[in-house]
Amino acid sequence: MGEAIVVTSGKGGVGKTTTSANLGTALALHGKKVCMVDTDIGLRNLDVVMGLENRIIYDLIDVSEGRCRLNQALVKDKRFDELYMLPAAQTKDKHDISPEQVKDIVLELKKDFDFVIIDCPAGIEQGFRNAVAGADRAIVVTTPENAAVRDADRIIGLLEQAQISAKLVINRIRPTMVKSGEMLDIDEICQILAIDLLGIVPDDEKVIKAANAGEPTVMDPSSRAAIAYRNIARRILGDKVPLMQMEDKNGMFKRLRKFLGIG
Amino acid sequence: MTEKQHITIKGVKEGLVFLLDDSCEFGELLDELHYKLETTHQQLLTGPLVHVQVKLGARRASEEEKERIVSVIRQRGNLLVQSVDGEQDEELAKAAKKDDLKIITGVVRSGQTIRHEGNIMLMGDVNPGGTIMSTGDIYVLGALRGLAHAGVDGRRDVIIASSMLRPTQLRIADIISRPPDEWMTGDAFMEFAYLQEGQMKIDKLSQLHRLRKDPIVFKGV
Repeated sequence: MGEAIVVTSGKGGVGKTTTSANLGTALALHGKKVCMVDTDIGLRNLDVVMGLENRIIYDLIDVSEGRCRLNQALVKDKRFDELYMLPAAQTKDKHDISPEQVKDIVLELKKDFDFVIIDCPAGIEQGFRNAVAGADRAIVVTTPENAAVRDADRIIGLLEQAQISAKLVINRIRPTMVKSGEMLDIDEICQILAIDLLGIVPDDEKVIKAANAGEPTVMDPSSRAAIAYRNIARRILGDKVPLMQMEDKNGMFKRLRKFLGIG
Repeated sequence: MTEKQHITIKGVKEGLVFLLDDSCEFGELLDELHYKLETTHQQLLTGPLVHVQVKLGARRASEEEKERIVSVIRQRGNLLVQSVDGEQDEELAKAAKKDDLKIITGVVRSGQTIRHEGNIMLMGDVNPGGTIMSTGDIYVLGALRGLAHAGVDGRRDVIIASSMLRPTQLRIADIISRPPDEWMTGDAFMEFAYLQEGQMKIDKLSQLHRLRKDPIVFKGV
């Protein structure tokens, strides 16, 4: 029996889909059998980021409405044999599927896969409820902006209500801006959100380039963001990996690392 | 029968009030009650159904003693005992209401609201977008970054205290204050907000005793 992890954030554009795609790929790099589920019905794009758009035949709604079997809808990745994706429907909307149906599908996937990564849509409505229905735990993605932190806080509250334990990924950190005090620093965000930090990802132009090319960033080891995602994947697998150094000399990270024990 | 009157019976709008002396022996009191009900006050105590309130004064009566008083009065079929209470009970009830402190542990996150009738203490933070409300005081052992509303029913003598007072908005009764615009101290002291002449004021917690002489407010904290 595998584990279902939902990647969520509340606010849009903070990098849920990028995180889902890269974590899924990074876990596959470790030889795990992974299925990524896009629950952003009507606005799917996990397939675009993964470069699998043209291989879609059936989607999540087809499965829930019984037009195909679950196995038929899974799209196999072009890089890994053990990496699959269940795409969202583009022509329907979030109300065309219920949390119970998603839960059943995720439960079915957990039998065959080590990890089921669920990409959650932005917002706290039906789409969110669908996405978290089958999840065992959650990764909350935020960026060092007040608005994103507020929304992450709201989401964590909802996840707590649903009794899903959440860990935090802070995405798109710009070390120079943090250093000059223009950007919220990691300590501050962790203090407000008060959940375990799973990882930090630096802002990296290569992420955009890779997403446009349909090639997950994590495949390119020269990218700092790729290393960050690989570290997060290792932490999910139980390894103790220290937090990435954003700067050579930065006492703050050392303190934080000490504070978290592992990072 | 003793010469001194231990029992006074008064007629009020709701019925009768029995004022029992609180300094005499309990036995004496019962005897006089018997005597009054059966002989002297016959004319007053017959007729239609009458509600009776028994006031014990400062007497500390046990439940059993109260029950005995009630049973004596009940012997008259037309008397219906509504309540038996002393000053002590009322005081206790009042004190309990005032000191009613609810302690909650957790983080009040964005979109969440905690409300309590009485005083509330939160062991944790209130995040931006979160709300904590009470009819009495609010104490936050943590950072108050959201909205706190003390005295929601209109009490103006209440305070909002926090280990770190960084609220988006503070309200006491009907007075609203927006800290970033109106005040903001840079220090990380424990502070509290209170009303003075209809204005919201902030001070260090160490100054609270000037406002409230009763130091018991923070006993055990």
